[in-house]
Amino acid sequence: MIRLEGVTKRYRSAAGERVALDAVDLTVGQGQVFGVVGRSGAGKSTLIRTINRLETPNAGRVFVGDQEITALKPAELRAARRRIGMIFQHFNLLNAKTIEENVAFPLRLEGRPDAEVRARTAELLARLGLAEHAKKHPAQLSGGQKQRVGIARALACGPEVLLCDEATSALDPETTDEILSLLDELNRELGLTIVLITHQMEVVRRVCDRVAVLKDGRVVEEGATADVFLHPKSPVTKAMLAEGEGGETFDASLAPAGGRLARLTFRGPATYEPELSRVARSVGVDYSILSGRISRIRGEPYGQMVVAFTGGDAEAAVARLSERGVVVEAVS
Amino acid sequence: MTEFFANVDWPEIVRATRDTLLMLGGSMALTVLFGIPLGVLLYLSGKGRLAANPVLNGLLSLIVNILRSVPFIILLIVMLPVTVILVGTSLGVAGAIPPLVVGAAPFYARLVETALREVDKGVVEATQAMGGSTFQIVTRALLPEAMPGIIAGATVTAIALVSYTAMAGVVGAGGLGDLAVRFGYQRFQTDVMVVTVVLLLVLVQILQMFGDALVARVSHR
Repeated sequence: MIRLEGVTKRYRSAAGERVALDAVDLTVGQGQVFGVVGRSGAGKSTLIRTINRLETPNAGRVFVGDQEITALKPAELRAARRRIGMIFQHFNLLNAKTIEENVAFPLRLEGRPDAEVRARTAELLARLGLAEHAKKHPAQLSGGQKQRVGIARALACGPEVLLCDEATSALDPETTDEILSLLDELNRELGLTIVLITHQMEVVRRVCDRVAVLKDGRVVEEGATADVFLHPKSPVTKAMLAEGEGGETFDASLAPAGGRLARLTFRGPATYEPELSRVARSVGVDYSILSGRISRIRGEPYGQMVVAFTGGDAEAAVARLSERGVVVEAVS
Repeated sequence: MTEFFANVDWPEIVRATRDTLLMLGGSMALTVLFGIPLGVLLYLSGKGRLAANPVLNGLLSLIVNILRSVPFIILLIVMLPVTVILVGTSLGVAGAIPPLVVGAAPFYARLVETALREVDKGVVEATQAMGGSTFQIVTRALLPEAMPGIIAGATVTAIALVSYTAMAGVVGAGGLGDLAVRFGYQRFQTDVMVVTVVLLLVLVQILQMFGDALVARVSHR
């Protein structure tokens, strides 16, 4: 659905040239929720803006659907942008217009007939639970409501793609949750392809099918969210994950003497099975859990823990667990 | 009462008030007509804006600054031949309007530019992302969003024009200010001075109240 090929963006400033994006290649499939994470200054904002060409890359090509966005003439680009909705961290609503007028705005810009604009606007307001606020102005709404208006506006022209620029970063955790559920729902019900950039790992965990980690304008890691989260490879990913979860609680010095340490990862329904206990009993080994977390990634349950095996055949336990689909990694 | 206002020629006052209002109305309308597009151009051609153009911006900025730095009294005199070409006379209400507009439009353009700069860049970006053209961004997003500032600027400009009209009296424009200078000041007719100044004060007061009310109406922050 979306393809970036060697996209490079350089900014010139008094201090010299700065590379915001360095030959980025990315592919986002139809109907996927794709997350781009990175620290501030990693190039996330620039990256998402190349998709609707709010930023024009210095090199490389961007495709959305079968259109090469980077090759479009101004009028064609404006038409293409109507099929790419976008929502923002600070909502960017028009303060002078009512909620209704804000949602109708893209349709008005396109010059659709009045009756159609009214019908479509009413439908969107109802769908997003904003009908009662139609005649209010943005200043009268809460952050979460404003973002709903932003989403309604982004959906007005019936886009195939929704770009979310730190869409939940200005919201409190509860509202963030509500907006993420809404995005999830839109993705499932409308088959909307969503690209979101965020520095909040929790956002990716909740809604993203795939994730790319950006550092200094390069993609350092990319894959299915569960794979990247459970088996991170790059130092940035590891660090960002650790911060998001309050850091690694495991401290090797506290492990029992002579114990064999292993990180076990359970995925899917197996997470809730007493696998570890069964295996331990069958091979006659004891274990202590040193750290652990049981949660969900985009709805898929997982458990990940560091255990120390003692007083028995640890090797056999590890082999048996592997057989049963538990991923076992050595811990240093 | 009549004794105190012995020198006041009331029909003359009425005529002068009418002239002041005509000068103000005419020059204000034209100032807005030229000032808004000029302000928009100054904004759009600015660094990092939609139609960034350092040459155009530098040129416009220079013209605006030159017109703003010439003392109005000098502008009035320098403009005389141009005024004759434009409106056929340099006298009366018609003769006063061209220099008033040339004096006020650059000032108002700067206020419009400032009001546009106050609009969140995100609004411009969002409108772009929705497929809006530059013209649509200006007319449908920027100007409506900046409207409180544009109206507040118009109020300030209108009040500045009131005092400009008084100076325009020097080149034979008539009006309340002219009356204050010729009778109140030069002939020491304090009563005429008091009446004209009170009328000007009332005019300024009305303009400010009207402007503030309008700003309050269009503000939704």
